[in-house]
Amino acid sequence: MRTFEFILRRLLTAIFVLIGVSVITFFLSRVVPTDTAALYLGAKARPEDLERIRLKLGLDRPLPVQYTIYISDLMQGDLGTSIATKRPVLQELTDRLPATLELLFFGMFIATLIGVPLGVISARWQGTWADVFVRMISIVGVSMPAFYLGLLMQIVFFRNLELFPLSGRVDSDLRFTNPIEPLTSFFLLDSFLTLNWVALKDVFLHLILPAFTLAAYPIGLIARMNRASMLEVLGQDYIRTARAYGIRQWIITYRYALKNAISPTLTVIGLTVAYALTGTFFVEVIFNWPGLGLFTVRSLLNLDYPAIMGITLLGASGYVIINLIVDLLQTWLDPRIRLK
Amino acid sequence: MNIPVHAKPESQSTRTTRHVLNVIMRDPLALISTIIIILFILIAIFAPFIAPFPEQGQGRTNASDTLHAPSEKYLLGADRLGRDILSRIIYGARPALVIPIGVVLFAVLIGAPLGALAGYKGGWMDEVIMRITDLFLAFPSLLLAMAIAASIGRGSDKAAIALIVSWWPWYTRIARGVAVSLKEQYFVEAAQAIGVRDWVIIFRHILPNTLSPILVQATVDLGIVIIAMGSLSFIGLGTQPPSPDWGLMVSEGRTFILDQWWIATFPGIAIFVVVLAFNLLGDTLRDIFDPRQYK
Repeated sequence: MRTFEFILRRLLTAIFVLIGVSVITFFLSRVVPTDTAALYLGAKARPEDLERIRLKLGLDRPLPVQYTIYISDLMQGDLGTSIATKRPVLQELTDRLPATLELLFFGMFIATLIGVPLGVISARWQGTWADVFVRMISIVGVSMPAFYLGLLMQIVFFRNLELFPLSGRVDSDLRFTNPIEPLTSFFLLDSFLTLNWVALKDVFLHLILPAFTLAAYPIGLIARMNRASMLEVLGQDYIRTARAYGIRQWIITYRYALKNAISPTLTVIGLTVAYALTGTFFVEVIFNWPGLGLFTVRSLLNLDYPAIMGITLLGASGYVIINLIVDLLQTWLDPRIRLK
Repeated sequence: MNIPVHAKPESQSTRTTRHVLNVIMRDPLALISTIIIILFILIAIFAPFIAPFPEQGQGRTNASDTLHAPSEKYLLGADRLGRDILSRIIYGARPALVIPIGVVLFAVLIGAPLGALAGYKGGWMDEVIMRITDLFLAFPSLLLAMAIAASIGRGSDKAAIALIVSWWPWYTRIARGVAVSLKEQYFVEAAQAIGVRDWVIIFRHILPNTLSPILVQATVDLGIVIIAMGSLSFIGLGTQPPSPDWGLMVSEGRTFILDQWWIATFPGIAIFVVVLAFNLLGDTLRDIFDPRQYK
């Protein structure tokens, strides 16, 4: 019962936050710009056209009414039409989302795979050179701007070592030789499911550089968080007891300690997923990755308001939902939280 | 009887400052990062005297040496418009430091008093302030800043405003945490008992105590805001050409990355080194103050 109440309360908060988020995006797109109609039509618009678009967008009505219209459109999945592409914003976003998500998930997978063990090593050999080394890796990782790291990766791994492709999601020749059937639009998954090994290898190679660029920041955060929580757990009595029983150290570290230490790390991983979503935008620009990021940057520069609103709303909703999932997951892992 | 009037006891804040200085002096990494930060501040202040080509640093083009490779004349090479990259980096230190410091400062000035007020007053005031804070925290900070910057127009001043709007809630949260834990302490209760007005308690007794956790957060945030500002400039929403800006320089050099690698590489190193210095310093400060106790 208590769990149910907790989930319900958490859901209600999330809904409240989402409503607030929609108010802020509405405010940003309708109130801050001095003349929304002019933005829609560009600088050389005729006055009668401006008047027409004002009526069409409902700009002549009071703000609360405009907001209600906006919200009811939103509820029906209508995010407006992109000024630049003249296509529905929702369509633009859903077309590009898989590419971004594939990069995001793969990057976070790498970050977790590297970050968690680094944290464990750091805590297990606290104060040694290994600890110092991990600390340096983490700080360098969080100090490197994604847009710069990506360029360095391109110089080193494409230009100098010729190991990985420069940019893009898949080689353009592949469209003719081994086309990928878009089942899920996650190319890695699609080429695997259709047993298209040539494409799988190509997609994988294209993913490596962007994914590592994206992972640099999360690796640092995850390693440091996991180090801190591991240290806390390793200092507890039951670990000492296990040691006294003569249980092997690696079993203690991975089976007994990591299990209890992973919960705070999980929170950080969840929050970094949300952070990394913005990170992917810059990585996409560098690697010419056909996802949300390129579209976002173009929309921001063209003042494509419907698109900007849609992206902001999507980003914030993603953030809120990830937070919700992390919270619920934590309650499941550590029942003490919901009793507070 | 003789009372030694000169033996004035050391105040708490002097002791803290000395403790911080001691730890920094003993930690080689923290010491190096402090020196790096001071060095960059000096470079920013004395840019006209250090830069080999001050006019080019400020934006004057030089058609005869476009894309010049690093040489004795141009230590770090020249960019698309023939401008000395070293001079541009030296001049770029000004916006790179001044804007993020301003952003964090304003974010603290807005966020901390609100948080202290919310934590100290409690009740509906707390509810309202913290719900609004939560709303802003519901956005990924950089995404919100990007949307705001696009709405209010391009330019470094506007990007700075956008960053302030997305960063203040973090400080509200920290200050509130401290205020809640202090509210029940004797010195606050004593102040209330003798009838000190609420705002005096908040400004004189609560806010000074939020200083150390906020200082730690601010140091780390400086690094993050430098990257955020660079990112905004990189995509074209921040500093506009021909102003010298590290993020913008990386962006301009991107086109030439495979042949004229120096154009993007050196400004990027500048960003990396400064951010690294702030992060290392923030790490040490965090060890000293351990803000976790307020969470």
